[in-house]
Amino acid sequence: MSTVLKPKPMMKARGARTEGPSAWMVVPALVFFVTFAVVPLLGVVFLSFTNWNGLGAITWAGLESWQTALTDSVTMNALVVTLKIMVFSLLVQVPISLLLGVFTAGGQRYRAVLAVLYFVPLLLSSAAVAIAFKALLDPNFGMGPGLGIPALAQNWLGNPDLVLFVVIFVIAWQFVPFHTLIYQGGVRQIPASFYEAAQIDGAGRMQQFFHITLPQLKYTIITSSTLMVLGSLAYFDLIFILTAGGPGYATRLLPLHMYLTGFRANDMGAASALGVILVVIGLGLALILQRLGGRNRSASQLEGA
Amino acid sequence: MALVTETGTSRGTGGARQEQAAGKGSGRQTPNVLGGLGGWVWLVLIILPVYYVVITSLKNQSGFFGSNPLAPPTDPTLANYRTVLEADFVQYFVNSVIVTLGSVIPAVAVSFMAAYAVVRGRGRIIASAHTLFLLGLAIPLQATIIPIYFMITRASLYDTLLALILPSIAFAIPISVLILSNFLRDVPRELFESMRLDGCSEFTMMWRLALPLVRPAVVTIAIYNALNVWNGFLFPLILTQSPDKRVLPLSLWAFQDEFTVNIPAVLAAVVLSTLPLVVLYALARRQLVSGLTAGFNK
Repeated sequence: MSTVLKPKPMMKARGARTEGPSAWMVVPALVFFVTFAVVPLLGVVFLSFTNWNGLGAITWAGLESWQTALTDSVTMNALVVTLKIMVFSLLVQVPISLLLGVFTAGGQRYRAVLAVLYFVPLLLSSAAVAIAFKALLDPNFGMGPGLGIPALAQNWLGNPDLVLFVVIFVIAWQFVPFHTLIYQGGVRQIPASFYEAAQIDGAGRMQQFFHITLPQLKYTIITSSTLMVLGSLAYFDLIFILTAGGPGYATRLLPLHMYLTGFRANDMGAASALGVILVVIGLGLALILQRLGGRNRSASQLEGA
Repeated sequence: MALVTETGTSRGTGGARQEQAAGKGSGRQTPNVLGGLGGWVWLVLIILPVYYVVITSLKNQSGFFGSNPLAPPTDPTLANYRTVLEADFVQYFVNSVIVTLGSVIPAVAVSFMAAYAVVRGRGRIIASAHTLFLLGLAIPLQATIIPIYFMITRASLYDTLLALILPSIAFAIPISVLILSNFLRDVPRELFESMRLDGCSEFTMMWRLALPLVRPAVVTIAIYNALNVWNGFLFPLILTQSPDKRVLPLSLWAFQDEFTVNIPAVLAAVVLSTLPLVVLYALARRQLVSGLTAGFNK
């Protein structure tokens, strides 16, 4: 870092004539980020070629860990589960948060009040959300018997056919509020004159929505979807507490599979290989979604990620 | 897709407002019944679990097992809250406060300086740092927990609060720099120019000019990061072990094992751990919401 810091006195000597701040201002953030994000990122690649149980010595293992990770049928299953959660989450969350964003952007007083309450799930930790839903979904003491609807008194978290959709619902419950906010901001940036013009032309609500609101929200949709897709690669705590990946492997998605392989099965090498896969998928998806935003806006779309 | 129709129409109500403001057009549109209905349905979905948690936390064991789960407690009790407070809750709370403040203050400080340099500065170092931060947004940083665990253990920081603080700062930097630099770009160049002609240093400009002008963004990003750190579970799970280093989300998980069938007590812990954020939200809601909506739409 000394080379980076050196220019400082020189810049100062030239004083006010120098345009712009010197590079040292970026150094503290850079040091933190390099030490605890970039170095670990390289480290995960390195560790994927080693054997390590988390305590003892690290030994070179070549491709052994990769072989373990890739030939494990649980890994393939985890990839499928991750993909399912990602796709269904998008399908559920995009329409709901878009519509709620449009709804809350309207100026009516009751909508402003509702918007305040919509935000509440954002205040809860994933641990709290998971514990609350675990109790709520209990077939004997939860919502089902409470409402007196037998159909709701299912073994929601124990049934492998249902559990994935329960998880997708709880994820939506937790994250739709955040995306609603993003859409609300996007809608409020649409110039009112567009709607005035449309109304003079006699366009109804539906026409206004599909011909003005939706096209104008294109970049908001891409920003929000990018966050959702990348977010679905990070759902860990919620599912860990809610289902621990079960029943069986029904909800064991990639980040959870990585954690359990590393910290429960003590195979840090294979877990690192899974970490690398996670990084590659994340980068790939971010690039694809950024492309969808078009070349001109590409810079700001990546920023949205 | 019934919802599409519902709130599809709701857009129109916003339009109706604008039309009214313009004072012309083919008269006011009818109130948006379907949109309103959808909004209330979502409210029920949001509030029901919260309501359930709060009322259950006020029930005693027999009330929990005996009464309708969604009915309010017949004789509300705070005994569960006492149980939680006696189970070292205060210690976990203090740990959470230390980790949150210890992460957010440095994270916002270094991110603000970096954002200032990114917006005002030139040169290779600043440009590559900026690229690196943007890249950090696209990478699921959770994938790096194993090397982080390795580094923390080798640095003899395992099972300390500092172990939670250091990576939390790093992970907060990309989004903070992004949002702060978006706001700093809006500060008119002429203001910097005139200060520069007065002989002010860049540091003075940052401190005296840029910081006051983007203070709302700084507060927003501080609250946003505080939410993330306060609610963080993964780092505490892998980097701490002893009960006296536990933070709140981890304690909730531990309470589950400790209290087993005493669900009301577990849910009382959920309420207590969320309470500080509810207070924060009540105090700074406008700031947080307006900052977030603007920050992600630039």
